[in-house]
Amino acid sequence: MRQGSPYPPPRPPYPDVVVVGSGIIGAACAEALTRRGVRVTVLDRAPLASGTTAHGEGNLLVSDKPPGPELDLALASSARWPRLLAELGEELGEELGTGLAERCEYETKGGLVVALGEAGARALAGFTAAQRAAGVTAREVGPHDVHAYEPHLAPGVRAAVHYPQDAQVQPVAAAAALLDAVRRRGGILRAGVRALGVERGPGGRVTALRTSAGTLPCGAVVNACGPWAGRFAGEAGAPLPVQPRRGLVLVTAPLPPGTVRHKVYDADYVGAVGSGDADLRTSTVVEATRGGTVLIGSSRERSGFEERFRVAVLRELARKATALFPVLGHVPVIRAYGGFRPYTPDHLPVIGPDPRLPGLWHATGHEGAGIGLAPATGELLAQLYAGEPPCLDPEPYRVARPGLAAEEARCSA
Amino acid sequence: MFRVTVDGAERWARTGQTAAAVLLAAGRASWRTTRGGRPRGIFCGIGVCHDCLVVVNGVPDVRACWRVVEAGDRIETQEGARLPCLPPETGAGTTPGAAREVTVPVVVVGAGPAGLAAALAAAGAGARVTLVDDGERPGGQFLRQAADGPARGAAVRAVQEHPRIAWLPGSTVWALEPGGGPPSGTQDRTDAGWTVHVLQGPADAPGRTAHTLRTAALVLCTGAYDRALPFPGWDLPGVVTAGAAQALAKGQRTAIGRRVVVSGTGPFLLPVASSLLTVGARVLGVYEAGSPAAWLRTPVAALRDGHAKLPELLTYAARLARHRVPYRTRQAVVAAHGRDRVEAVTVARLTPEWQISPGSERRIEDVDAVCVGYGFTPQLELALAAGCALRDNTWVAVGARQQTSVPGVYAAGEPTGIGGAALAAAEGELAGLAAAHWAEHRGDAAGWAPADVVARGPAARRRVLAGRRFARLLAAAHPVRDGWHTWLGEDTLVCRCEEVPYGVLRTAVGERGPDASDGLAADGMCTFKLTTRVGLGPCQGRICARNAAGLCGPGTLPDPQTADRRPIAQPVRLADLAAPGPEPRATTALDPTALDPGAPDPAAPYREDPT
Repeated sequence: MRQGSPYPPPRPPYPDVVVVGSGIIGAACAEALTRRGVRVTVLDRAPLASGTTAHGEGNLLVSDKPPGPELDLALASSARWPRLLAELGEELGEELGTGLAERCEYETKGGLVVALGEAGARALAGFTAAQRAAGVTAREVGPHDVHAYEPHLAPGVRAAVHYPQDAQVQPVAAAAALLDAVRRRGGILRAGVRALGVERGPGGRVTALRTSAGTLPCGAVVNACGPWAGRFAGEAGAPLPVQPRRGLVLVTAPLPPGTVRHKVYDADYVGAVGSGDADLRTSTVVEATRGGTVLIGSSRERSGFEERFRVAVLRELARKATALFPVLGHVPVIRAYGGFRPYTPDHLPVIGPDPRLPGLWHATGHEGAGIGLAPATGELLAQLYAGEPPCLDPEPYRVARPGLAAEEARCSA
Repeated sequence: MFRVTVDGAERWARTGQTAAAVLLAAGRASWRTTRGGRPRGIFCGIGVCHDCLVVVNGVPDVRACWRVVEAGDRIETQEGARLPCLPPETGAGTTPGAAREVTVPVVVVGAGPAGLAAALAAAGAGARVTLVDDGERPGGQFLRQAADGPARGAAVRAVQEHPRIAWLPGSTVWALEPGGGPPSGTQDRTDAGWTVHVLQGPADAPGRTAHTLRTAALVLCTGAYDRALPFPGWDLPGVVTAGAAQALAKGQRTAIGRRVVVSGTGPFLLPVASSLLTVGARVLGVYEAGSPAAWLRTPVAALRDGHAKLPELLTYAARLARHRVPYRTRQAVVAAHGRDRVEAVTVARLTPEWQISPGSERRIEDVDAVCVGYGFTPQLELALAAGCALRDNTWVAVGARQQTSVPGVYAAGEPTGIGGAALAAAEGELAGLAAAHWAEHRGDAAGWAPADVVARGPAARRRVLAGRRFARLLAAAHPVRDGWHTWLGEDTLVCRCEEVPYGVLRTAVGERGPDASDGLAADGMCTFKLTTRVGLGPCQGRICARNAAGLCGPGTLPDPQTADRRPIAQPVRLADLAAPGPEPRATTALDPTALDPGAPDPAAPYREDPT
């Protein structure tokens, strides 16, 4: 880990840090680093923020996370998102900065978790009790009051919980806002450049990044490649068990405002997120966008980087969504999109320096929660880089943790 | 004749009549308002633009141009976004059943000239074929005919009578996925076949009949639709694409207006004007933005490769002359005027770059319809869903046997390039023969020389090569010049669905600048769409994406074709999607070890056709 001042004079003529990956995580890391005066270059092999970030829903959820390190990160991020957008707006000045949160479609619409069956209702009750103890605001809604929250919800809801902290943001707009800040502070953004590996100097430290556009000398490299982070880590010589897990989202035709008011999901959501099963898992998340369309997510399946969809997955999503909202049955789906999420075997992100390769840092493995977890991830990484006291205990997210090591051994065996 | 209701009033309707034709016959130019309150009616006429949405029997978001009405149908205006409102008893009746499953060696999607030829060639070579098309009758746009008359055209009749061709009318392919095809004896990933998901029944109705077609070979003849350039007032009801006017005239015997102006570029404007005359419209003028003098630059080539088209074009020209229809070159409709529908247009002379020559604008009053066509945009959804590579980011790349980059998938007709019906039919014949052979001897590309092809292949191939030369001449003679950008006002909508005006796009482009490393290029199409909302509406960018990308500057967006990726190729009601699907098969070719999708498949016997 880098020690001491982040402003070592005299400064060499190359960036202090190259962030590989311009998705929401890379953008958040670059933003947090440039805010501390670190000189950053952000690379992406594709157009900026066009990978996982461009293919998700923009969920900022605390409701789906059991107490533990991921919830801690989610709570910190949930508090950070509005402050971050306000700060960036101020930095932009009155003319451009006003309404930045609005332009990023940041909305604290709240989540509503619904159990249609008795078993789900019991599981939900236990789950929320534990979450409340960990600092989550969760309000039980009686079966008779639930239609005041969501008028079109199916009859026969057994239990429901309202999570006012759940929010939403338009991920590409949010990433663009973060990257704009990086650019404004003198950071360099380069799209269409592929990272190929790292150069190591005496003592084994990273001295440069090898790219498709030549070698780029730098002080450190942040691997924010999302689902491709495992591949890049391997190319850099420090394998990491991050794999793609695919998610699909259906988009309906525009519907009247107020058809779906919250992020509404099935109580079985938690089961799918916490599973390592390669087989298909789906659980319903239904929510409206500002454009009037309703998004229906989300499936999770491990099928490599296969881009073509399985219709069975679409069917499963449609079945569960219409079970929650029967009115959607005769609404047309106009689009489906899929993305790859970075999956780790212990379902925790990897944030921090790689002890095997000084100068290589990781910020990846957020699976489907990266948009929500981005601000705290960027902040934590920048604090560790700058030697500041971290806002969260970094231990659970460290690279050399047992949950990753076991899988890594299996991979290399 | 039977009765339907339009906003409660009874109207007579004919067999095969579309809801749009019924509404036009009732004197309605518009029957929907956007969420922004703008009136809309028919625009593309062939199910692409989603402008003509209407409520039928309580179900909103039904494309009026596609929906064939039935006795007792209730047609209602659709204001903004609406939720379905079905009486409880019909709700139960429209619960979809399980899909009908069929295993068939060859599936041909699209029954225009290319699809008809492909189906007949494959069936002639001994393969069983399922031919799928949205229309009630085979023929596509080119051979479109009224549903209540006798079937005309040898190919149209032949596919309906052929014992090895199963014709699925009124059927839409909404998805296809790799795998699930008939067993081939090997476990090779490249020959696991395809599963084609089809819904059959009244367009956009809930509870249509689902078919699951499992096939070894797939021939995509999905055609193209008119490209319309935006100009002030182009979203007024009464402004339609040339193809919409043609489809209404040919298929519905309905004139889009009584006093009509035609504008655009390319020889297609002539048959459109001609069709309008046959259904009794008065054509006030045909305005060709380009200069047909371009054809005279290569007169020998034009005559050699295009001679077959001359008699047809002369027939149209003669009809226009007989009706004293003015035909003006280097002029175009650059604005349409009116309150709730088009009432007048501005025509202007264009510079060679298509800017408006100052002072050349003149108004034509008493216009009730404008038909525009600036070339064609191919329907690529299914080809992209299959993973086919593109040529010039625009067309499906094919080899000498019309094979795409994906084994077992063939393409013919307009998805591979625009060259007219004869070229499409020749390509279709090659594709059909090759598909039949693939279905029989999968993976055995080396042994590709069955007796049929030895006999018929070379002749079809010669016609394809001549057709492609003509297609290149056509493209060179009728390019779309960037000067159309100057026709737009700040408030001219570029994206009709999401109502995104030119000013918003200009701001987005201006903020980023065209600098490749740090600008719009770095953002890409996806970010551009999500930040401006261009292309996010019901048409999914089919009408606007190409124009919006053009406004950013040529080649500025590195990935314009991402706008064409629509894995759900046609809208599907959620309840139909939720219907029980067929049992998954073990051969489903989803390979967890699949690596970078950009990597070429070494097993693919594919080389792009240098011609």
